[in-house]
Amino acid sequence: MKILLIEDDREAAEYLKKAFFEAGHIADIAPDGETGFNLADNGSYDVYVVDRLLPRRDGLSVISELRAKGDTTPALVLSALGEVDDRVTGLRAGGDDYLTKPYAFSELLARVEVLRRRVGAKDVETRYVVGDLELDRLTHQVRRAGQEITLQPREFRLLEYLMRNAGKVVTRTMLLEHVWDYHFDPQTNVIDVHISRLRGKIEKGFDSPVLHTVRGAGYMLRAE
Amino acid sequence: MRLPAVMRTTAARLSALYLLLFAICATVLVVYVTSLSVRILTVQTRDAIVEEVADLGRAYRRGGLATLVRVLDMRSRQPGANLYLLAGPTGQILSGNVEALQPGVLDHSGWTERPFTYDRYGDAQRSRGGKHTAVAQVIELPNAMKLLVGRDLGEPERFRTVVRRALMAALGMMGLGALLIWYFVGRRALKRIDNVSEASRQIMAGDLNQRLPVSGAGDEFDRLSSNLNRMLDRINALNEGLKQVSDNIAHDLKTPLTRLRNRAEAALADVSDEAASRAALEQTIAESDQLIRTFNAILMISRLEAGYSAESLDEIDLSAILADVVELYEPLAEDCGVELTAEASDDVSVVGNRELVGQALSNIIDNAIKYSSEAEAPKVKVSLKREGDGARIVVQDTGPGIPPEDRERATERFVRLEPSRSQPGSGLGLSLAKAVMKFHGGSLELDGAGEGLSVAMTFPARKKG
Repeated sequence: MKILLIEDDREAAEYLKKAFFEAGHIADIAPDGETGFNLADNGSYDVYVVDRLLPRRDGLSVISELRAKGDTTPALVLSALGEVDDRVTGLRAGGDDYLTKPYAFSELLARVEVLRRRVGAKDVETRYVVGDLELDRLTHQVRRAGQEITLQPREFRLLEYLMRNAGKVVTRTMLLEHVWDYHFDPQTNVIDVHISRLRGKIEKGFDSPVLHTVRGAGYMLRAE
Repeated sequence: MRLPAVMRTTAARLSALYLLLFAICATVLVVYVTSLSVRILTVQTRDAIVEEVADLGRAYRRGGLATLVRVLDMRSRQPGANLYLLAGPTGQILSGNVEALQPGVLDHSGWTERPFTYDRYGDAQRSRGGKHTAVAQVIELPNAMKLLVGRDLGEPERFRTVVRRALMAALGMMGLGALLIWYFVGRRALKRIDNVSEASRQIMAGDLNQRLPVSGAGDEFDRLSSNLNRMLDRINALNEGLKQVSDNIAHDLKTPLTRLRNRAEAALADVSDEAASRAALEQTIAESDQLIRTFNAILMISRLEAGYSAESLDEIDLSAILADVVELYEPLAEDCGVELTAEASDDVSVVGNRELVGQALSNIIDNAIKYSSEAEAPKVKVSLKREGDGARIVVQDTGPGIPPEDRERATERFVRLEPSRSQPGSGLGLSLAKAVMKFHGGSLELDGAGEGLSVAMTFPARKKG
């Protein structure tokens, strides 16, 4: 995946570029808003990662102008600010996701990878299949190896989100955001307990695990 | 354009303004009084002339020209006499006490249109070349002779001058006096302002314990000074709080940072055991995540205390938030063997921020589960009730509770009451919840009636409009 990183902190940008490279992605760095806008306008990237406070031009205006020009490349806004309002203004300007500094790279990577997937038409799919696990969004039925599994509504939404992003790491905060619609940092291991319950239902009695824990990052749904 | 230095003080500028206003008023007064007095004198003069003319008319009718001339002669000789003149048809002076007259005065009968100049007999000796002005009435006698009866204007003129001088002198004295008094009084007031600015300069220079002078008179200056002093006290208190917090931050971050460093060092010392270094690295990441979490909480609390933008407030459904959070914690509670129950009235809504209230409630429930899990048959009960126009959420647990004397401290930042710090947590959960409630204009109260701890989040009645 090709990432455009608009970030004025040179050290942070170099670190991110290296980290993205190790994760198998190529990142171009733009040190200010103007350069970032020109690179985005002329290049073809899969995801933009944009710092909010940039020299010469602020990050949100870069995104909103790109959107005005018809560029729908997903954009993640990075910010040292972090109030709920900031998130709202960031998303309103055309950003697709918002991450507050300081953040863990694993969180950023997971979000960027999920953003990229969203470009695909997965959202309108009515059925997700991962290995022998199937989820029907219309009938709310979940089957594994043809055997029906009964889930609570929240468990269903949790699995739905995991399946939509199958093969990608999703973090605990991402789960809280998309499954519970809260943007705060979950304390202790609330999400883990939900995951282990879900895991009990979709893995118990079946021979292979599908819901994997990625240590230090989050979870991933993947067929063996 | 810059004013001279002396004019830049408020005292001098106000003095100048007062002086100008006073001068204008005084001038108007002088002009008015003199013109009024002159008008009164003129009326008196004319009345006297009319009377004379009537007298002379009677004399003329009684004895003809001869009697008139005799009466004129007699009257002319009296001291301080009016002006009398009898002129022939061609204008030559026949009788009276006027030696010479401004030409043309006798041409029209009736009142002279404006004061005229004349010379009186014998005047040439007394005041050389001095002309007098007068007003007069001219009467044409049947034999085409003309009679002029007039009165000198010297007296009203003199009177006018005297009045004007007296008024000017009086006003001048008053003005000067007022100016002096005002200047000294004003300067005293302004001097106090100067004292205040001097004191504030010292405060700005770093002497934060300095306070503005309060004279004890209880006037506006004192009120201003004591208000500013209270503000300074508040700033001082905030400063102290800030210092306390930064000390706490330094202390609380030092421990995990040191641990982080030691772990990394240990992992580096033994790279041969791949599994062990991997585990050490993972622990390092977990530890840094905790640090980030702590930082975020600190930032959030500071922002809330600084006053979050009011834009983020909305109508929120407390019943729904409560259901969400309880549902989120239910599995965790079950894993910990805690019975988590909720009892909520439907559709309780307040004005607030859903995210913040959700986070605050989850912090409180998290705490309750954490601290009550060691009890026997632990229970956490969450209830929501409407209270007047406001609402109240109470989280009651069966844990050890908090002694009354520690309750206040429990919501301070980084305060963790159990000395061992055996439970994970940043010590910021309740502080954040308290900041959230304060931000909503409500309160967070800890209570322990009966067993365990009860934490009450009180939302105030919404403001009308």
